[in-house]
Amino acid sequence: MARIIGGLTSSHIPAVGNAIANELYEDPYWKPFFEGYPPVRDWLNDHKPDVAINIYNDHGLGFFLDKMPTFAIGAAHQYVNEDEGWGIPQLPPFPGDPKLSWHIIESMVADEFDITSCQELAVDHGFTVPMQLFWPGAPHNPDMPRTVPISANTVQHPIPTLNRALDFGKALRKAILSYPEDVKVVILGTGGLSHQLDGERAGFINKEFDLMCMEKIVTAPEELTKISRHELVEKAGAQGTEFLMWMMMRGALGDKVTALHQNYHIPISNTGAGTMLLECAA
Amino acid sequence: MTASEFDHHTTIPGTTLFDGEQAMKGYQLNKMCYSFNVASARDEYLADPESYYDKFKLNEDQKRACRNKNVLEMIAAGGNIYYLAKFAGMFKLDVQDVGAQQTGITKEAFKEKLRKAGD
Ligand SMILES: [Fe+2]
Repeated sequence: MARIIGGLTSSHIPAVGNAIANELYEDPYWKPFFEGYPPVRDWLNDHKPDVAINIYNDHGLGFFLDKMPTFAIGAAHQYVNEDEGWGIPQLPPFPGDPKLSWHIIESMVADEFDITSCQELAVDHGFTVPMQLFWPGAPHNPDMPRTVPISANTVQHPIPTLNRALDFGKALRKAILSYPEDVKVVILGTGGLSHQLDGERAGFINKEFDLMCMEKIVTAPEELTKISRHELVEKAGAQGTEFLMWMMMRGALGDKVTALHQNYHIPISNTGAGTMLLECAA
Repeated sequence: MTASEFDHHTTIPGTTLFDGEQAMKGYQLNKMCYSFNVASARDEYLADPESYYDKFKLNEDQKRACRNKNVLEMIAAGGNIYYLAKFAGMFKLDVQDVGAQQTGITKEAFKEKLRKAGD
């Protein structure tokens, strides 16, 4: 049977894609950020997961406002990183796992989550940047897992509630654990933490709130569901709503997790950048 | 245009909630910006911006905001920042240029403000 071995979180800032392309790992601006990743890579190297479920939010590449799914699940053989328009280098396609995708889709809909299935899905920096951080050279890293992308809407309100995001993760857990094949799965939650790109409040970052979220997501994710969506915009910034991806990830890990590693650094681009490695109880 | 002219759809200062009302208001503008994912569309726009505005049926407020490359005006005209970033990207403006413009400070001052958030 399939097993979920842990959860990984990462910010997915486009500038990171450029910093990787230019190998700025030792640059004083970037070093405190990139230093957050080797312990996660060591753990991945020890455990070698077969599948990475990548929970991210599309930023106007895979979806437009003409049809905006609240929750979308990829069901493709591969996922193409298409041009996003502003010059981040494009990566080769990422291998999918359509059999697992359809199993998850069947199980989620049976569980009354009304999701959108995608047989083609162009993936943007929200998906690719964390893959590059966790599996250097992705997708050509020899340990590159197969992937199932899951995108939640944070482009347009109404966005899902934090409670719904956590519940989505719980249903995802049920789906994966009922998969008959013997595969090891990690769940990525990408995006955040606090940032705001638009309006006169652009540049808003909230360290205190981010650190509180990073603490509570380990031990008391249910407490975070009390945060309203309006409060999330207020405390995390307009684009800090991407924290919903972390909640979805957390729901899939089960009740007990151990935080093996974490890193938090301000600023990367306009963002408070958070990285975590959460291991599931055996 | 002054800040008081913006309809922010929220009580959070300096923040416009991109909701259904904004999404309807800005649909054509955002649709144009979404098209800039494709290189040939960017070339077509840059060769003749005015024709490109008409092709996407932008209204006068949206056209003016684009001509001014003014992000606050584009948001007021219904623009969503994720699509507007593609517009800004054509002019090699990154999110810090865009942040500095919206807050009325220099890029250096904006970056310093971000850095201070870590103290
Ligand atoms: Fe993002």
